[in-house]
Amino acid sequence: MSKQVVFALTLLITLGVFSLTVARIVAFFRLTKPAFPVKDWGRRFKLVLTEVFGQNKMFRRPVVGLMHALVFWGFLAILFGSIEMVIDGLAGTERFLAVLGPVYDVIIALGDVFALIVLVAVIAFLIRRVAMDIPRFRGEEMKHTSHLDAILALSLIGLLMITLLGMNTAYVTYTALAGFEQKGVFPVSSLISSFLGSDLLVTTVYRAHEINWWAHILLIFLFANILPYSKHFHVFMSVPNVFLSRLDPLGKLPNMPHITREIRAMLHPGTEEDSSGEPAELERFGVKDVEDITWKSYLDALSCTECGRCTAVCPAHLTGKKLSPRKIIMNVRARMKEKGPGLIRQGKDFDDARSLLRDYVTEEELWACTTCNACARECPLNINHPVLIVDMRRYLVMEEASGPAGLNAVFTNIENNGAPWQYPREDRMLWAEELYINA
Amino acid sequence: MADLAARGEKPEYLLWVGSAGAYDDRYKHVTRAFVKILTFLHVDYAVLGTEESSSGDVARRAGNEMLFQMQALSNIDLFNRYGVKKILTCDPHAYNTFKNEYPDFGGHYEVTHHTRFLLDLVREGKLTPGRNVFRDCMVTYHDPCYLGRGNGEYEAPRMVLGELGAKIAEMPRNRSFALCCGAGGGQMFKEAEPGDKEIFIERTEEALSTGAGIVVTACPYCMVMLTDGIKYKNREEEVKIYDIAEMVALSLGL
Repeated sequence: MSKQVVFALTLLITLGVFSLTVARIVAFFRLTKPAFPVKDWGRRFKLVLTEVFGQNKMFRRPVVGLMHALVFWGFLAILFGSIEMVIDGLAGTERFLAVLGPVYDVIIALGDVFALIVLVAVIAFLIRRVAMDIPRFRGEEMKHTSHLDAILALSLIGLLMITLLGMNTAYVTYTALAGFEQKGVFPVSSLISSFLGSDLLVTTVYRAHEINWWAHILLIFLFANILPYSKHFHVFMSVPNVFLSRLDPLGKLPNMPHITREIRAMLHPGTEEDSSGEPAELERFGVKDVEDITWKSYLDALSCTECGRCTAVCPAHLTGKKLSPRKIIMNVRARMKEKGPGLIRQGKDFDDARSLLRDYVTEEELWACTTCNACARECPLNINHPVLIVDMRRYLVMEEASGPAGLNAVFTNIENNGAPWQYPREDRMLWAEELYINA
Repeated sequence: MADLAARGEKPEYLLWVGSAGAYDDRYKHVTRAFVKILTFLHVDYAVLGTEESSSGDVARRAGNEMLFQMQALSNIDLFNRYGVKKILTCDPHAYNTFKNEYPDFGGHYEVTHHTRFLLDLVREGKLTPGRNVFRDCMVTYHDPCYLGRGNGEYEAPRMVLGELGAKIAEMPRNRSFALCCGAGGGQMFKEAEPGDKEIFIERTEEALSTGAGIVVTACPYCMVMLTDGIKYKNREEEVKIYDIAEMVALSLGL
């Protein structure tokens, strides 16, 4: 009974802390702007199936992609056992879900095998992080803490797998020693158990089981509350972020409807668009700071795993320019953490004399983008970097008129003669002259 | 378009020439090649001529949404005045903007990029490209971002090249992995930010590494960048660069 009380209290604390984190994040989301209406649920469910459960884009890098997929699929199988542990902890039962019969045996066996696979994969990931020089793990945005964050998460996952295997092995061993019925099938743990001596005391093995059980569940509770502050938040965020993906073709940029209203009124004065009556709210054009971004851009920022697949394919980055799409997404998250609390406290007039633009993301980075969408195509979680980059360009051009000289000339030429170059409109058909001569 | 409208005629297609197709000396050749194919096949089309303006793609990607929407709304007015239903273009940027972005402003058209248009003609049996000119020629195809990643069109240009009997030597980064030529998002018209290398050089080197004698693309920006790249590498004597439309026109002896 006392075990149940302790467990319930621990679970309550875990959920309490987690709720505070969720409330904080929800408050941050309230500061953001609308993005798009969420429609087309069928397509969205399909995306979650292929991109999250199928790990589709991960296989664009086949070897490491398969390793990640194994960890993810293992996580799903093991999650079943974790849910059972919570039930057992609260109800004082032992392997409660064994009532499911053969289904239970299969899932538990999968979890046991995957525990070993995940452990091996995590060790390989740690070696990649610590001992190998992977270009995409480098970069200006990859601070010391980013690496520690990754190593901490990987180590915790490793410990989770060790305690899981420890728990299963002890379970298999003590049920055998005591002649109890073994619930579930444990291919790996049974094998480990067979190497253990037969002169073990049941009580010792049972104590080992209890220690591993508690260590495993407490690590899960700890991990769950570290995740929201870590790059490993994608464990929670991948499903919502993929479900809420932009469904438009990558080539399409989001519209700014209030500009359309203005221009319609200008082109067709006196029509209905002109006399909507409501005073136009003075909205900032584009993104200068974190309160100007859409909820989708903030969701992207929270989901980012800092894997660097985007930056590794960015043509600007590959040719030594300052732009790194990953950095911009990480900047959004960091800036919200910095400015969000003030905005919540003092409202939208809060000003800390800093901004996302310039203090985090420089103009040099923004103007280096070719909008080629290689980054967005690569992101396993469907983060869209160019949309945010163009949003910041919109601020620079429409609020400050501070674009590069070459582009300002393009704007003037388009206004004057309808082409990016300064050629007279009358010359638009010159290409055909030679054709008539030839014909 | 205006001439036809004055005679009360309405062509099936509007051919959007684009600013590069009209003014850029290299890309004018592509416009001419495509027009020759259209004329050869008696396709019912017309151009806007001096009434054509910028699609607004560059303005939008460079952050000038106000200017982009001015262009979009006036172009839509113009298209609607002429009753345009179908648009053909050799420019993936105009294609993307008309197809994906103009609908937000009420401009709904059936937009076709010339690579898909040519492939459809071949499949319908209306166009039989010559197979002698490029038979067994080693070519490499550079995917334009706004055709490929932007709109998922990777195969039409390759299939047309296949119809010509050409052999495609793919670059290591092809299709959705393709490296940008470096011109999109306004880069064509401004100085590159400081770095180790120009993007178009990086891509040209990759194209040259395939050993192909012809680099093929399907976008005015890519054409300009890769032409410059090949010149920069002093390889313009042995390595030619063509648009898909030029390849087809050459195969037909047009």
